[in-house]
Amino acid sequence: MEPFVVLLPLFGALLAMPLGRMAGARAAEVATTALVGAACVYAWALFFDVAVGGDARTISLFTWFQSGDFYADWAVRLDTLSAVMLVVVNTVSFLVHAYSIGYMHEDEGRPRFFAYLSLFTFAMLSLVTADNFMQLFFGWEGVGLASYLLIGFWFKKKSANDAAIKAFVVNRVGDFGFALGIFCVFYVFGSVRFDEVFGAVATNAVVTPWGAAEGAPIRELTITFLNWDFHALTVMSVLLFIGAMGKSAQFLLHTWLPDAMEGPTPVSALIHAATMVTAGVFLVCRCSVFYEYAPNAAALVTLVGAVTAFFAATVGLLQDDIKKIVAYSTCSQLGYMFFAAGVGAYGAAMFHLFTHAFFKALLFLGSGAVIHGLHHEQDIKKMGGVQALLPLTSLLMVIGTLSITGVGVPGVKIGDMPLGFAGFVSKDMILESAYAAGEAGKTFGALAFALGLAAAACTAFYSWRLVFLTFYGPTRVPEDVRKHPHEVPAIMHAPLIVLATGAVFAGMAFYSDFVGSNAERFWNGALYSAVEHAPPPMNAHAAEVVHGAPSTPDEDAAHGGEHEFPVWVLWAPFLAMVAGFVAAYFQYMRGDPLRRGLLRPGGMVYEFLKNKWYFDELYDFLFVKPALALGRFLWLDGDGRTIDGVGPDGIAGAVAAGARRIVRVQTGYMYHYAFVMLVGIAALVTFIIFRFGGGR
Amino acid sequence: MIGLGHYLSVAAILFTIGMAGIFVNRKNVIIILMSIELMLLAVNINLVAFSQFLGDLVGQVFAFMVLTVAAAEAAIGLAILVAFFRNRGDIAVEDANLMKN
Repeated sequence: MEPFVVLLPLFGALLAMPLGRMAGARAAEVATTALVGAACVYAWALFFDVAVGGDARTISLFTWFQSGDFYADWAVRLDTLSAVMLVVVNTVSFLVHAYSIGYMHEDEGRPRFFAYLSLFTFAMLSLVTADNFMQLFFGWEGVGLASYLLIGFWFKKKSANDAAIKAFVVNRVGDFGFALGIFCVFYVFGSVRFDEVFGAVATNAVVTPWGAAEGAPIRELTITFLNWDFHALTVMSVLLFIGAMGKSAQFLLHTWLPDAMEGPTPVSALIHAATMVTAGVFLVCRCSVFYEYAPNAAALVTLVGAVTAFFAATVGLLQDDIKKIVAYSTCSQLGYMFFAAGVGAYGAAMFHLFTHAFFKALLFLGSGAVIHGLHHEQDIKKMGGVQALLPLTSLLMVIGTLSITGVGVPGVKIGDMPLGFAGFVSKDMILESAYAAGEAGKTFGALAFALGLAAAACTAFYSWRLVFLTFYGPTRVPEDVRKHPHEVPAIMHAPLIVLATGAVFAGMAFYSDFVGSNAERFWNGALYSAVEHAPPPMNAHAAEVVHGAPSTPDEDAAHGGEHEFPVWVLWAPFLAMVAGFVAAYFQYMRGDPLRRGLLRPGGMVYEFLKNKWYFDELYDFLFVKPALALGRFLWLDGDGRTIDGVGPDGIAGAVAAGARRIVRVQTGYMYHYAFVMLVGIAALVTFIIFRFGGGR
Repeated sequence: MIGLGHYLSVAAILFTIGMAGIFVNRKNVIIILMSIELMLLAVNINLVAFSQFLGDLVGQVFAFMVLTVAAAEAAIGLAILVAFFRNRGDIAVEDANLMKN
């Protein structure tokens, strides 16, 4: 039965187009939505069975590859990590399917759209349920393909096609690293199965790389490349992380994500907020055992995550396109997840992934409702006062904003449960983990904490800026649109309400499972922590603590329990959030919201942020232009002049010229032929006479 | 004393003239026919000369055969010429290049 949680969306994807042709677009919509809905219900059932009930298992469906020593199964691996992802993916996917019925109702290609959505869901599910790197890679590329198709869904728009190609190409860069990482894993372990690979690292088994004379314990193993010795685990971790960077739009490989907003808004909510972009975080958490024993790679993850969180938040400050703001916000939140994973707080990273899915999907779908209501207007400078037009949407967006900015009561707990919106609970958890890591001397831990705080302030500012400029203040919406706003149907509101519920309560409800006192039982070994697996100290009492009940104070500390943090650490994220809110309030709620702020348009900082740190320009200069020049050179000089000139065209030309010359011999004059015959006979006779001596 | 060599020389000269007549001539198909006759006669002179030189009459008989064939060939050639003229309205050699196409 378990495979159906993965396969139902595939059925939907296959059925959508034929159904759309035979029974109309509505049938395709309903069928795909119902199938994903069924998968969603089943995913929740599995979640309670596998994660809460602690019944982790792997169901092997069939052998996918078998070639010498190399084999890979097609499997459904159900442990807490994949169960969480199953729930996130299926839930958001179902809600987005339902929402799209309303959002896309004017579009011609609805069956195609729903087929793509379901295809994406299938690929994402096979990614998260993989039990080996090959299936993971299949899902990885599958979501990349679906992302490409969906970003370029409006294929008649040039900008959408460009964005789709950009997303695909930038992802190739990351995927190249990812593929190399998988090669490296197979080279070292001789297997791509998670159980074997992770088991070897966890037990520090002796492994012999392919073709190597002798093995070594994996944690000390070095591999030689170009006469350099590299720590094997670090190499693998870094390569896999490069893949994660591409998929999760981390710093340096982030440029595709904002452009991906060219796709329809439900796509942005599903793929570029809640699911696909979190695949990188999932990968790092899945390979947590690698990063635990490759501290340098973990430091890289922390650094990239922290820089991304800060960078994207600063860029988000000045964007005017409602979807781009949310896109940069996604990028920034992904940075949080990565540095949480980098400092070893995988539970916190997954927790933020989980809560983020709710509030970010809510913000995206809410933005979609606004765009829909205002006849495809995306510029928040042309909105204002939309609250009066779309009161429910406005309320839900405010809830999403409260959640993402992290509103809650720091330092207060009811039982084991903190008090606050989902974003508050998980983000504070991450920042506290970063602080703890910094205190513990982990590389970049303190930096991550500082950048995370700065990013939290920026997050509050841009999120409230979005809300204030869109929903409040004097309206700047054109008269005719204001009089006749596009109605937002109930089918679009319902998913928003579900997501808003999650954005409020998901953090409190699942705190103890993901990161609280119940975490060890909940994760059930799906996430690996080197601290917990450290050899027991000689001291008998300490050993007892390590092996004691999961709820002992020391165990809590290992999970980042917050009672030992200074008060300012607990309050710092909250204060950063308040600072951002107050700044946004005074700028956009008092006086003319579009007046000049602290940053002068045309000034250096303003332009720097407005132009997204000049990354597009930089890449254009560094990669796109040279690539185009190289392509042009290879096309005109390489292919045209050299290959065609010498090869096909050259040979053809030579033959034609030769033929023209030979044709001239054929004069058609009788006497020429006779002359040739005569000369021939004379030559023959002469030859015979001289050769055979004239017959005598 | 006129010997075999003289006869052969005359025959060779005639043959060469005939050959040149074929190749150098650009005007008229009739000249080609005449040149062919000339070459055949050169051959006949050779046959007769060798016959006399070797004391064997077969050569002279063969010369008659050649003359017969030459007459027949001339008749056929002239007939073709007439047909050609009717078709093309001209017997200039330069225009007779249909084989090229």
